[in-house]
Order: sequence, then C-alpha cells, then structure tokens
Amino acid sequence: MILEIKDLYKSFGRTDVLKGVNFSMEEGEVLSILGSSGSGKTTLLRCINFLERADKGQILLDGELLFDAAEEKTAKAKEIRKKQLNFGLVFQDFNLFPQYSVIENVMLAPKLLAKEEPDFKINKNQIYEEIRHNAEEILDRVGLSEKLDNYPCELSGGQKQRVSIARALALKPRILFFDEPTSALDPELTGEILKVIRSLAAQNITMVIVTHEIDFAYSVSDKIIFMSDGVVIESGTPDQVINNASNERTKMFLQKLSEK
Amino acid sequence: MLNVIKRNEFEHMQLINRIIEQFPIVFPALNVGFLQTLKLFAITLVGALPLGLIISFGSMTKFKPISLLTKVVVWIVRGSPLMLQLMIIYYLPGLVGKNIWGGGESGRFIAAAIAFIMNYACYFSEIYRGGIQGVPVGQQEAGQVLGLTKTQVFFKVTLLQMVKRIVPPMSNEIITLVKDTSLARIIALQEIIWAGGAFMKSSHGIQGQIWPLFFTGVYYLAFCGILTLLFGYIEKKLSYFE
Ligand SMILES: Nc1ncnc2c1ncn2[C@@H]1O[C@H](COP(=O)(O)OP(=O)(O)OP(=O)(O)O)[C@@H](O)[C@H]1O
Ligand SMILES: [Mg+2]
Repeated sequence: MILEIKDLYKSFGRTDVLKGVNFSMEEGEVLSILGSSGSGKTTLLRCINFLERADKGQILLDGELLFDAAEEKTAKAKEIRKKQLNFGLVFQDFNLFPQYSVIENVMLAPKLLAKEEPDFKINKNQIYEEIRHNAEEILDRVGLSEKLDNYPCELSGGQKQRVSIARALALKPRILFFDEPTSALDPELTGEILKVIRSLAAQNITMVIVTHEIDFAYSVSDKIIFMSDGVVIESGTPDQVINNASNERTKMFLQKLSEK
Repeated sequence: MLNVIKRNEFEHMQLINRIIEQFPIVFPALNVGFLQTLKLFAITLVGALPLGLIISFGSMTKFKPISLLTKVVVWIVRGSPLMLQLMIIYYLPGLVGKNIWGGGESGRFIAAAIAFIMNYACYFSEIYRGGIQGVPVGQQEAGQVLGLTKTQVFFKVTLLQMVKRIVPPMSNEIITLVKDTSLARIIALQEIIWAGGAFMKSSHGIQGQIWPLFFTGVYYLAFCGILTLLFGYIEKKLSYFE
C-alpha cells in the first residue's frame, strides 16, 4: 500500500468539511475521486499535500506514518517540507510562476533543492546541466519542446496546465495529485490534458485525480472513490462505482451528469 | 490701437531684457533652493520606503493591537493635510515646552524630514499592502508544494510580482512627493519655491520680481520628466510577464 488515508477530519470554523475520510491505493495505481461540489475533494487533497492541517486522522506512506493529527502541531517546517516532496500537486488554475519562462518554471524547485545537496558547490555545473536535461525531457513528454523559452502569459490554458504537470513531475514525486485539472479549460482543450494524464498512467505513475470527467475517470482509473458530504460513500473499480453504484446519492450524481 | 500694441511690445522687451540681466543672479539662488528640495525629496524616500514596508507588515499582522494601532496611525496621517502636520511637528514642541528644532535651517530641515517621512511612509504602506495582497495565494501554495521554504517563496516567487504591482502607484506617489516638498516653505524651509518667492520682496539685491517664482516650475517639470522616464523604463522592463 503506497498511500493510506485513515479517518481524516477537517473543519473550518463551524463548517465540518471532512468527516472521517478513508481510502487507500497501491503503487502504480490511478485513483479518481468523484463527488458533487462542496463534498470536500479539494480540502482532502490540500490536507494530504500539507496545505491544510487535518484536525484528526492519519496519512501513511508505504505503511509508515507520514502525518498524524494527534502529534504536536508545531512540526518543524523543514520536516514538513521533506514529507511534502513525496507528493506533487497540480492545481485547477495552474499557478505557474508568471515571471519565469516555461523551462525556468520546471527547473526552479529542482535547482533550489539541489543547493541543499552536500556536493552542490563542487558539482554545480554538472548538477544544473542534469536538471536542465531532465526538464527538457519532461517538457518534451508533455509536448512542449517548442515552448521552452516562452512565458506563461504567452501560452494557452491547456499548455499552461501541461507546464504545471511538468513542473510537478520534475521533482519525481511518489504520487501526483490533480485537482480538477481540466475544469478551468475550454472544452476543446481538455483533450490534450487528458491525453497527457493517460500517457503518465501508461508509465505507471501513481496518480490521484479529482475530476468531473466521468468517462475519462472510468477509462483511466484502476479505482474510483465517490465522496459526499465529507465522507467516502462508494469505492471500488470503475465498473463497480459507475455501472453498479449501490449508494442512492452516487446513483443520483451519476444520473445528473449523464443528463447533461 | 496701434499705440497699445506698441506699448505691450515695449513692455515685453523690457521684461525679457530684465530676465536676461537678472538671470545670472537668480539662477544660482534657485539652484541652492532646488538642492534643498532634492535633499528633502531624497531623505523622504530613504526613510519612507523602508518605514512604509514596516507599517504595511504592521497593518497586516494577525496580532490585533498592532494592526489596529497602525491602522489608526495611517488614518490620522492620511486623513489630515501634510501642511498641518508640518506645522504641528515644527511648532508644537515650542508651544508645549522647548523648541527642540532651534531657529536654523537645519532644524527646519529635520522637522520637515520627519513630517514627510511619516506622511509618505503611510501612503507607501498602503501601496505595499496592495502589492503584497495582490499576489494570489496560489503562488505561495504552488511554491510550498514544490518544497520551497518560506524565504525562497518570498524572494524567488512573490517579490518580483509584488514589485511589478507596486511600480505604477509608487511612481505616481513619488512624483507627487516632488511637488509636495514645496509645502515645507510653510515652516520657512528654504527650498526652491521659497528661494523663488524671496525675489518678490527682496533677495540678492533684486526687488519686486515674480518671474523667478514662475521659473521654478521649469525645475519641477524637468525633474518630474526625468522620473517619469525612469519609471516608464522600469515598467517596461517588467512588462515581459503578467
Ligand atoms: N478555507 C476555507 N474556509 C472556510 N470554508 C472552506 C475553506 N475551504 C473550503 N471550505 C468549505 O468546505 C467545503 C468543501 O470545499 P471543497 O473545496 O473541499 O469542495 P470540493 O469538493 O472541492 O468542491 P468543488 O467540486 O466545487 O471543487 C465547502 O463548503 C467550502 O465552502
Ligand atoms: Mg474543488
């Protein structure tokens, strides 16, 4: 089991958003999270990626405790950072760094992290060379070899999202999370993103995808979970969840979507 | 009719001749005044740019007493005329006890500098606040999930975006400052308007002349023109991203 989420709770003031979320996944799997708006999907991803601190519950990576809400709140920023690097997160609205070119966006974090390596001073040029080579290779994989030196404001939404996927991949995360990667895009641009995600799935990259694209989730996922009102109410293979949903709410949600 | 025109022409000629004649005396005197203007301008920037940043942090802190206090100070300073603040800072100490400024030009300069720095720091703080809060939180979060430290996020991600947002309102405010320095003549600081105005009564052996005062406008125009070009250049340098 690469990732296990155990009984995760999160509230904002009086709003209880996560009310005991449980799920787990294996290495190399693609897991999709479905659920209506406001069911807590984004909050769940944010808790796992250390952007929010869950109030209760645990996160396990490779069976080892990565986060436990019961532990002290004052975990050192340095330790959190180290844990954070196990995961990559692709945001709905890209959040590219506007002042950097495409390749600089991808290289920024690896370069800064390399500075912490003990042999950085001696092998600086070689390390930067490798980082650049790696960034070019990843950008090639997402079809952006032509755009290395362009700035984000010169790109289409789909291209921006591909840069942001490349930026996350450059740190070689164990698990890559996507929060509705296509919902800020025009319908005709979603295809290129879904294609990239499919190709990553084919390379056995472990991914968690929050999406409203049912057909896509059905075809790309090994596992689907369905969230409602802060809990997982359905989980299983795509076939189990989408074609044979047992919960009334899941059925209603799927029906509404198919009517659109 | 013809006579009137002739007479006007004659008077024009006289004025021009007078200006040419008096210019060698007036010009250095105005330069001395302008130097004082520049000094006040420069010290205000040197003091108010960093102080404004501190005040903006103060107004954004989660610690309520501090943020409330800074907000009240900013309200008072922005809510009252700079001219009044100059007079209060310069005359109040003498009224309630001891005139700490002495009678000389250097005392007036220090008093003016304090008033200007306080005043402009408050205006700058609001500009900084807008710039800092204008950078979307998503930028910080993107940096954070990529494993950047808080410091790296600030210097590598947010700072330049802040600067870009700050430059246009800052250049406006700084150009206003150039002209606001003339308010310091209310406490008799001998800046350029004071120096020009002195010729209306008597200065350097010249009496009753108003043209030197009008001529000070050339200095302001030239200086503001240079600043406009400079800020335009900076804005252009930062226009490669959005
Ligand atoms: N920082 C916050 N402060 C207060 N309430 C919040 C905060 N973040 C999220 N919420 C609330 O938590 C609930 C769940 O939000 P969340 O964004 O996780 O839902 P979601 O499943 O991602 O929805 P969507 O499909 O619309 O993206 C919502 O009611 C939202 O208003
Ligand atoms: Mg969401």
